[in-house]
Amino acid sequence: MDFVLKGIAQGLIWALLALGVYLSYRILDFADLSCEGSITLGASVASILLTKNMNPVLAILIAFLAGCVAGTVTGLLHTKLKIPPILSGILTMTALFSINLHIMGSANIQLNSVPTLYTTLTSALDINKTTLSLILGTCVCLLVMAALYWFFGTELGAGIRATGINEKMCRAQGINTDTTKIIGLALSNGLIALSGAFLCQYQGYANINLGVGSIVIGLASIIIGEAIFSKVKNFFLTLGGIVVGAVLYRIVVAVVLYFDMSTDDVKIMTAAVVIVALCISRYANKFGKKSSAEKQTSDDEQKRKEKRENV
Amino acid sequence: MSEQNNPMLSLQEITKAFYSGTINEKIALDHLSLDLQPGDFVTVIGGNGAGKSTLLNAAAGAFPIDKGNILIDGINVTKLAEHKRAKYIGRVFQDPMTGTAANMQIEENLAIAARRGRTRTLKWSITAAERKQYRDMLAMLDLGLEDRMTAKVGLLSGGQRQALTLLMATLTQPKLLLLDEHTAALDPKTAAKVLEISDKLIEQNKLTALMVTHNMKDAIAHGNRLIMMHNGRVIFDVSGEEKRNLTVDALIEKFSQTSGEEFASDRALLSK
Repeated sequence: MDFVLKGIAQGLIWALLALGVYLSYRILDFADLSCEGSITLGASVASILLTKNMNPVLAILIAFLAGCVAGTVTGLLHTKLKIPPILSGILTMTALFSINLHIMGSANIQLNSVPTLYTTLTSALDINKTTLSLILGTCVCLLVMAALYWFFGTELGAGIRATGINEKMCRAQGINTDTTKIIGLALSNGLIALSGAFLCQYQGYANINLGVGSIVIGLASIIIGEAIFSKVKNFFLTLGGIVVGAVLYRIVVAVVLYFDMSTDDVKIMTAAVVIVALCISRYANKFGKKSSAEKQTSDDEQKRKEKRENV
Repeated sequence: MSEQNNPMLSLQEITKAFYSGTINEKIALDHLSLDLQPGDFVTVIGGNGAGKSTLLNAAAGAFPIDKGNILIDGINVTKLAEHKRAKYIGRVFQDPMTGTAANMQIEENLAIAARRGRTRTLKWSITAAERKQYRDMLAMLDLGLEDRMTAKVGLLSGGQRQALTLLMATLTQPKLLLLDEHTAALDPKTAAKVLEISDKLIEQNKLTALMVTHNMKDAIAHGNRLIMMHNGRVIFDVSGEEKRNLTVDALIEKFSQTSGEEFASDRALLSK
């Protein structure tokens, strides 16, 4: 069972990334690929600060802010220089690779010899690392979910949600869509960096390639979560679904590794899980409403159609 | 409403060309001047490509104009970005999808509109007092929306969405209301209902409004003034008694006289 618990613990950390991707991909309707650079940025900033003996909590907060800056850059590239969303994200991601190397000073930083949040707390509370990671991960996820629930219920948050749905309407209602996009992307990448800051401490090292494939993990978590929680209307529970999605994803990875399957097979198993999740939601709702994942797709189609008609 | 005797909207010699410098250059607005007095409700007609929608979009700031000045209640807004200008302007679009956020609730849409022209803060996006106010306003529309305040706007019909957009556009008492063929996508019965609501809201709030329409009968029946556009210019401007006595035939006649062309819009002729 231990390997499942470890999978859940890791899943709760990756859930922060999934929530970040959800902000850009679903709420802002912005396919932001800076994700892969931001999670590594969070890990590199946190780990270099830890090796300088900084307080782990402070190091995590600074990593979050660094992620916000990265998101702001993507936002500025898109809104001020009118670079398309995907390209803006790729540019930031590419630039971040060099920046991360500069921050870390090498491609790898070991955190075995410095106190991290996990080592400090396990010795202070006298519990084992897996238990601690489960409690800590749950608390952090709930905290972030509550913060997001509050933020998107405010005037500013409502403006950001509306920006992702209908920009023309937003401008007609006096919303500066450049600003709302930048704030949304900053927050999204901040959360992704937060995920990286926890991850490097959990695994005891930071690596320049930590972020490779992370966008797929984020998207898979969202799709799994939405498929399972397809009938949920409450925003807090929707966010909870994303967290569950991320945890399920890590459980699958844990199972693959436990049964001595090659790590090469992790990706094909991911694809299988996402397909199964989509099938389940489809058949469960066969006579009911469409799942939110499908609904989103048909909304997208609708939007594309409108765009075509406008041209 | 204005302290001095400013026109509520003053378009001064505004020019807008699309695809400038190319073989496809199209002058959509050609040194057009137009003043709207406070309380004017002006209907705008004209053939396809006459510049009607461009006129409204220029006033709203959807794009910068090439020449001229735009003043709203004496304030020069020519260089003001669209979202900043929105403080003074309520808008309803031709496509019912455009004016509202489909994935948000009716009351959330209204709350967003209620904050037009204000900085959006970290206060909760809707208050209990607002909910009550919105319920009363929605009840006035007589579409049963007051009992569906937490329904997603995407579930509403086109007519209901346009009525809601009208309410959103007039919620903060705009200096100028721009209606861009806002009934063109609706069936005749719904269109009549939405026009009735438009009249009511304009009258109640004593708004200054510009309404583009393809329907000549509507253009004559609504508002206190009518302008006809052709090739980016106003070619006919009539108000008061003279406007009330207009007929569709007289309008078509007037069009061919002034422009030297047949009225080139099938839609306008068919809606006769």
